[in-house]
Amino acid sequence: MSLVFAGVCSHAPGITGRAHLAEPAVKDEFHAQFHRFGEAMRATKPDAVIVIAAEHFANFFMNNMPAYAIGMADSYEGPIEDPKWLGIEKTRVPGDAALSQRLIREVMQTVDVAYAEEWKFDHGIMVPLNFLTPRFDTKVIPVNINCQGPPLTPLHRAWAFGEALRRACDKAPERIALVGTGGISHWPATPDSGKVNAEWDAEFMRRWCANDREALLSQDNYNDEATYREAGQGGFEIRTFLSVAAAARGKGEIFHMKAIPIFAVTCTAAVMSVA
Amino acid sequence: MSLYAMQKFLFALNREAEVQRRYAEGGEVRAALLADYDLDDEEREAIDIGDIGKLYVLGCNGQLLMHFAPLLGIAWADYLEAMREGVRKYGPVRAGIYAMTTGTNEKVAGV
Repeated sequence: MSLVFAGVCSHAPGITGRAHLAEPAVKDEFHAQFHRFGEAMRATKPDAVIVIAAEHFANFFMNNMPAYAIGMADSYEGPIEDPKWLGIEKTRVPGDAALSQRLIREVMQTVDVAYAEEWKFDHGIMVPLNFLTPRFDTKVIPVNINCQGPPLTPLHRAWAFGEALRRACDKAPERIALVGTGGISHWPATPDSGKVNAEWDAEFMRRWCANDREALLSQDNYNDEATYREAGQGGFEIRTFLSVAAAARGKGEIFHMKAIPIFAVTCTAAVMSVA
Repeated sequence: MSLYAMQKFLFALNREAEVQRRYAEGGEVRAALLADYDLDDEEREAIDIGDIGKLYVLGCNGQLLMHFAPLLGIAWADYLEAMREGVRKYGPVRAGIYAMTTGTNEKVAGV
């Protein structure tokens, strides 16, 4: 078994970029739990971490939008955003092209995935890495699920993608961590910024922690129209959480799940046992 | 309306230093840059003068638009207010998936 860690976390740029605008005690509590999440990952001594992010037009646009993409380079750059705006300096992050290629080949057995030998990290990856690997010294395999430009991949395909990633990790001798980023409900980058649906978030995460595949993939619960209405355009990013649940097969434990409006999201960090 | 072209410009602007340089230079250089995109007059003017509110109402994805704001030196609170002001002046968001669901006098995050 080479999948050694699984978890999900928020990636909102305000978490680092607007930290100074939050109530200090609230920000400190979340940052402490986010760092604890990173420590839990590092304790598993991963050789590489796969970050499944929902990126925001840093690399992919509607002229050629892949539903799924995996990076395949020996290094990456980030953040693409203004470092002062994001609160994270520009840096080079190590990758592993050979490992990426092995993972991609196995994933392709069941899921058609694009690959990219160039990839600029945006906040979707850089904010989590700020807590996961603060020195940016662990190899990263970036993965994107299109959650921005509809039509979006169906939820059951995000699940199948997670299963494919698990199969690929199991065939690799390396110790691999898997982290999904984004969600849960939020209306980011709009005048609604700061709005969340706490009840929707709690129910989704209850189902995620239980790894309740049927409920998580239910079109009654989470068809795109319902998600947009109840959880905003940011809610589409639950796809990354689904992939992690499918890959990990275990049960979840929430480290933090509380709205911080100036960060524009229910600030979440949760691990899932690997079964 | 060419929402696609507006967003493609913002995509390039956010990614490419050379596009940022040409935009920042203004004048004929900026005009030549914008001429490469299939924009109508309203869209071209909104980009030219940095009218965040108009671009928001025209449907630009917030994930693209929120990076245009710091490039223009607009702080976060002012970015949010510019979008509210756009809705006040030009009416509801006309396209895209970033429509406003709160009131123009609401400040959910206090800013």
